This record gives sequence, C-alpha cells and structure tokens, in this order.
Amino acid sequence: MTDTSAKQNIHEYLAEFDDIPGTRVYTAARARKGYWINQFAMSLMKGDNREKFKADERAYLDQWKLSEDAKEALLARDYNRLLDLGGNVYFLAKLFSTDGLSFAEAVSTMTDMTFPEYRDMMNNGGRSPQGNRSIKGGY
Amino acid sequence: MAKITAGVASSHVPLLGVAVDQGKTRDDYFGPIFAGYDWTKKWEEEQKPDVVILVYNDHASAFDANIIPTFAIGCGESYKSADEGWGPRPVPDVEGHADLAWHIAQSLILDDFDMTIINEMDVDHGLTVPLSMMFGQPEKWPCKVVPLAVNVVTYPVPSGNRCWALGEAIKRAVESFPEDLNVQIWGTGGMSHQLQGPRAGLLNREWDNKFLDLLEQDNDDARHIPHIEYLRETGSEGIEMVMWLVMRGALGQKVKRLHRHYHIPCSNTAIGHIVLEPAE
Repeated sequence: MTDTSAKQNIHEYLAEFDDIPGTRVYTAARARKGYWINQFAMSLMKGDNREKFKADERAYLDQWKLSEDAKEALLARDYNRLLDLGGNVYFLAKLFSTDGLSFAEAVSTMTDMTFPEYRDMMNNGGRSPQGNRSIKGGY
Repeated sequence: MAKITAGVASSHVPLLGVAVDQGKTRDDYFGPIFAGYDWTKKWEEEQKPDVVILVYNDHASAFDANIIPTFAIGCGESYKSADEGWGPRPVPDVEGHADLAWHIAQSLILDDFDMTIINEMDVDHGLTVPLSMMFGQPEKWPCKVVPLAVNVVTYPVPSGNRCWALGEAIKRAVESFPEDLNVQIWGTGGMSHQLQGPRAGLLNREWDNKFLDLLEQDNDDARHIPHIEYLRETGSEGIEMVMWLVMRGALGQKVKRLHRHYHIPCSNTAIGHIVLEPAE
C-alpha cells in the first residue's frame, strides 16, 4: 500500500483510471457529459413520474435535454452504453427499480453473463481480481 | 464532556434493508450475514449510545447531479427515509442532534474543514441499513444520529488521508462539546464491490481482510492507500471504504477490536463489519 502524502497531479490521477479493465470510473468529465441522463433518472424517485414514464417512455424522455443516442440507450436499457454517455449507476438504479429489477439482475446485464450465471459467480465468491486489475500490466 | 466511545464499520447494501423489512434475515441466504451482527446488537443494547455520527454516502437520493458536496453534515432535527424508486423503507424517522451537529460543523470549519451544512434531507439505505443492522426493528431508533455524507461517487472523491484527518477533527470537536454524551462514530459502505461495466461482480476477500487488519493496528497506514488501489483491487464501488477511515481517524492511535465479521456475498457485495474502541 503506497504513500499518497505527496499531492497528486490531476492529469496523472485521471489517466490511471483508463487502465482498469471493464470499468468506467465516474469522473467529472463523465458527470458533465451525462448530467441530463442522471437528472432524468433522478426524476423517477417520484411515484407520479414513474407512472408517467411507464405510460409513454418516449414522450417522457422527450421532455429532457437528452441526445437521441441517450434516449435510445435509455429505451433499450443498454447500461454499458449509458455508462459511456456519462450515466452513473446510482442514478440509473432509479430506472432499475422502476422496471422492478433487482440491483444484481440489472448489473448482470452489463457483463457477458446471463443473470443466473452472474448469480452463480457471486455465490461462488465473485469475480476474481486476478487479471482484472490492469489492462497494461495484465495482472 | 462528550466522548467518542466506540467506532463501528459496516457495509450498507440495500438488499440487507429488504431482508430486514421482509423478515428474511434468518433464511439460508441472509442467515450467515445477520449472524455476524448478533454480537453487535447485544453490545449496542448495553452501550446505549446517545448519539451516532453516521458516516455514509448518499446514493443519488438527497443530492442529485446538481450539487456535489465532498463532506456534508446534517444539522437538522429529523430525517425521513428516502424513496429510492420503490417507495421509502418502512423504518422510523431518524432523529438528529442539532446542537451537537452544529457544534461539530462550526468546530470543523474552524479546524480548516470546509463543511457543507444540510438542514433538511431524506436519508437513503446508506444511512438506514446500518441502523437496521445494529438495532433491528424498533418502534423508534434508540439514539440520535448526526448524518455525515461523503462524496464517494464523483471523482475525485476525498483522499483516504483527508478522511482520516476529518475523523481526527471530529474527535476534537466532540470532546469540546460541554454536555456529557456517549457518542459512537460509524463508517459505512464497502467492502469490495463493482456495480457497473463488464468487470461487475469483482470481490476481493484477501484485500478486504488486509484492510480490516490494518484498521486494528496502532498505525495510520490505511490513510495512505491511493484511490487507484481501491479501484483496481476492490472494484469501482469499493472506494466507499474511505468512509471507514473517518471512523478510524476519530478513535485515536490505539484501538481494541471487539468484534469482526466478513461474508461473501450479499447481492453484488462483500459484507464487512468491525467494532473498535479507543485504547488510550
């Protein structure tokens, strides 16, 4: 465990995040890009809004400042695409629950496994960090 | 004088709240998780803390994407359980301790921590699940709570070093409060988990236990673990463990471990729980 008492340079700090396999760290840049995706998702915390969204998803999405890309990804529940567009999982979780999906089931859709396969992996100790820590380092 | 008498850390997985609310805590899946909290429930009944300073993170409930406070302290009289998309958890309102909270807030600001003050907010599973784990299902929570919310979602999140130093400052603040109060500090979240992307489901038993070991020792090595290490070793959401360092920093150099529990998995997450008391 290394020493961080020396102040970190923001560019070096952020660059390291791109070296983690299968992970989109929610940086300020992603937060800016996905602002309205996340604010839309936030609106689903209100029961009334959930009903309106369910009644006509497209019409509800059209009320928000979302790109066509974002709207399509939301309609398709393409969560990896939504992460790329700046969505954050805690905001997107409002959409999981609107759909009546458990966190684990929704999360499994971002992996290359079916939900039963993902659930089995978790019950057997989860995904190993071995080989999953660094793209460049391969460890 | 008020005094911090103990520190507690625990995961705050939302599914644990569901298990409590639906009476499933002793089934085959949840039984081994909740068994690890039986000791603590009994101990808390004996300890009878007046106030818990509860370090947690908001999961897009009280704070949306608009305002992102790094460290925020709840100074209100009471807080309701948040609707996180499936209706609020059926738990009692959380009673604040406005006098102590304002005292801590003012002391921290004078101590160079630029806190955000919150007067009104709802509290989500990050705060209510630990209360359920430690106190079960009472009519009314047995203590007052000072919520302390940390941004562990939008990067950069505060460093482990800063979190530890905040804990040290909280200790000084509590000890300068004139009323006799038995205060505990809880750090919540973690342990290893990743809820996003193709690497979702990562768990790291070995690293988590090394972290628990570090918290028990009479050094402050854990404060220097860099964010990238949490990210690589414990998944994208394992970073919540920096909130445990606020708790640990508030206990002083030497601690005695009273209880420890680790279980894999709960949904996507490794469950960790430790109870420490200052030993100086």
